[in-house]
Amino acid sequence: MSVAAPVRPASPAAVVQTRPQPSTPRRRRSPGGWWVYVALSIGLVFLVGPFLWMVANSVKTSAELHHVPPTWIPQTFTLDNYTTIFTKLNFPQYFINSVIVATIVVASNLLFCSMIGYALAKLRFRGKSAVFLIVLATIMVPQTVYLVPLFVLMSNLGFVNSYPGLILPFAAQAFGVFLMRQFIQGIPDELLEAARMDGAGEFTIFRRVVLPLLGAPLATLGILIFLGSWNNFLWPLIIATSDQMYTLPVAVATFSIGQNAVDYGLLMAGSVVLIAPVLLVFLLLQRFVQQGIATTGLKG
Amino acid sequence: MSAQQALVASASRARPAARRGWLREALTGWLFSAPFLLIFLAFLALPILASFVLSFTNFSLGNLVDPFSARFIGLNNYAKLLHDPKFLQAALNTTIFVVFGTVLNLAVGLAAAVALNRGITRFRAIFRVGYYLPVVSSIVAIAVIWRFLFNADFGLVNGALQTFGIKGPDWLGNPTLAVGIIVALMVWRNFGNAMIIFLAGLQGIPNDLYEAARIDGANRWQEFRSITLPMLRPTMLFLTVLTTIGFLQVFEEPFVMTQGGPLNKTLPISMYVYQQGFNFFHQGYASAMAYTLFVVIAAVTLIQFRLLRSQT
Repeated sequence: MSVAAPVRPASPAAVVQTRPQPSTPRRRRSPGGWWVYVALSIGLVFLVGPFLWMVANSVKTSAELHHVPPTWIPQTFTLDNYTTIFTKLNFPQYFINSVIVATIVVASNLLFCSMIGYALAKLRFRGKSAVFLIVLATIMVPQTVYLVPLFVLMSNLGFVNSYPGLILPFAAQAFGVFLMRQFIQGIPDELLEAARMDGAGEFTIFRRVVLPLLGAPLATLGILIFLGSWNNFLWPLIIATSDQMYTLPVAVATFSIGQNAVDYGLLMAGSVVLIAPVLLVFLLLQRFVQQGIATTGLKG
Repeated sequence: MSAQQALVASASRARPAARRGWLREALTGWLFSAPFLLIFLAFLALPILASFVLSFTNFSLGNLVDPFSARFIGLNNYAKLLHDPKFLQAALNTTIFVVFGTVLNLAVGLAAAVALNRGITRFRAIFRVGYYLPVVSSIVAIAVIWRFLFNADFGLVNGALQTFGIKGPDWLGNPTLAVGIIVALMVWRNFGNAMIIFLAGLQGIPNDLYEAARIDGANRWQEFRSITLPMLRPTMLFLTVLTTIGFLQVFEEPFVMTQGGPLNKTLPISMYVYQQGFNFFHQGYASAMAYTLFVVIAAVTLIQFRLLRSQT
C-alpha cells in the first residue's frame, strides 16, 4: 500500500538507527549556531507553558484565580480543588471508568491483533488477502462516518450507557493488525517449521514461539492503544448518557461547558487528573511511542 | 508388492494427508482471525455500510426501536444538504481549518525536525520529548487550558497584554480571532507528530548527498532546497494526507472552546453531524452529511496522491 511506503521498516534495531548520532563528526556540519537553541527554547516555553499554567492554577484559591493580572506562582497553596473533584464531584468513578475501558481495550487489541496478524503473516488460507484488504481499507475511514449507525446498533443491543458500549467499537483496531502483521512477517519461517517438526500445534507455536518474540511491538501497540483509549472523546460522549458511565474526558468537557464552566480551579484540577497518567506513561516509555508513530504514522 | 505399486500406494496415502494439512491450516487461519474479525465486522464494517443505507432514509428518533421501519427517501437528504445554510457554513469552516491547519502543521513540523536534525548537537532528546507532549495529552484538557489562557477577563494572554498597557480583545467571542485560535491550537497540539515523521524521513536521506553539495560549495539554504525538500517528498505526501484526514474531522477543539460559535463561525462538519444525529435525532440526515464528508476525504486523498506523484 502506497501510504505505508515512506514509513521505515519496523524492527527493534530501527530504534537505534533512528536515534541521532551526535558524536559522528563525518556525518554533519557544525551546528547552526546559538540562535537555533534560542528559537527551539522559545518554542519549548510555548509548548510546556500551558501545562505549567494548568498545574499552577489547579492549586490556587478561587480568589487568586480571578485576580487581575494573573499570577504564575500561587500565593496561597491549596489542594481544595482536588478535594472537591474527588469528594463532591464524581471523579473517582470517572477515573475508574477510564481505567476499566482502557485496560480491556488494550488487552483485547494485543491478543486479537497479534492472533490475526499471525494468521495473515504466516498461515495460508483462502480469503486471506481479502481479509487484509478489508481491514486495511477501513484505516482511513473517519469515525464521523459510522457514529450514527453504531449508536443505532448499540441501542438495539441494549449497550447504550454500558461498558460494552464504551469498549466494543475499539476492541479490534485495524492499525494494530497492520502493525502486528508487519512484525510477524519478520520472524523466520525456519523457526516455525522447526517447532512444527517437533509436533507442535499452531496454538502452541503461536504461544511459545511467536508471542515471546513480540515484546517490543506489543509494547508499542499497547501504549498507542492506551493513549487512544484514554484520550478518546467523541464516542464516549455519545454512548455514556449518564454521569455514572462518563470517562474522564467526557466529564471534564461536560463540566467545562456546563454549570461549572467558569470554575477554572476545578477544571484545571480535572485536567491534571486527565493528563497526568498519560504523561507518566509517555515519559517512561516515550521510546516505544515515537517508534510506533514512525512505524505506523498513526496515533492510537 | 512391487516397487511401483508401493510408490502408488504411498502417493495415494500422501495426497489426502496433504489435503488434510491444507484444510487444517486454512481452519487455523480463520480461527486465529475470527475474534478480531467478528468484533471488527459487527462494530466497524457493518456501521460503515449501514451509514450509506441510512443516508437515503428518513431515519429519526422514532425509528430507533425498530430500525427497519424507516422509509427510503432517495436523495432527499443530500438535496437538503445543498440548501442548508448551516451545513454550507460548516463546510466552509472545515475547509478553513483544514487548509490553514495542514499547511502550518507541516511547516512548523518540518522546521522543528530540520532544526533538531542538523541545527543542534545537544539536548535533542529534551526538545523532541517536549514538543511531543501535546500530541499524547488529552485534547479536551488542552482545549480547556487554552480557553482559560484566552479568557477575556482573567486569562494569561490578556493579563500579559495588560502589563504593556494594552486592553486585550475577547478572543473567543470574536469570530475571526476564534477561528485563528482554534487553528493555532490544532497546530500546537499536532505538529510534534509531523516532526517525528519528518525526523524519520530526514534520517533516511543519505549523507553523501550533503557531502557532495558541500564540495560543490552549496550553502545551507541551497542544501535544504535541492536535497532535503525533494528527498522528503514521499514523507510530505504521507503527512499531507494524514493531516488532512485528521483535520477534516476536527471536533474537540471547537466543542470545548467555542461550542461552534460565535455565529456558527467555528462549527465544523463533524460537530454538525453530532448535533443533527444526537441532539436533534435526524439520523438519516446526519448520515448523509457524514457520507459527504467521507467522499470528500476519499477524493482529497486521491487528488493529493495524484498531485504529489506527478511532481516526483
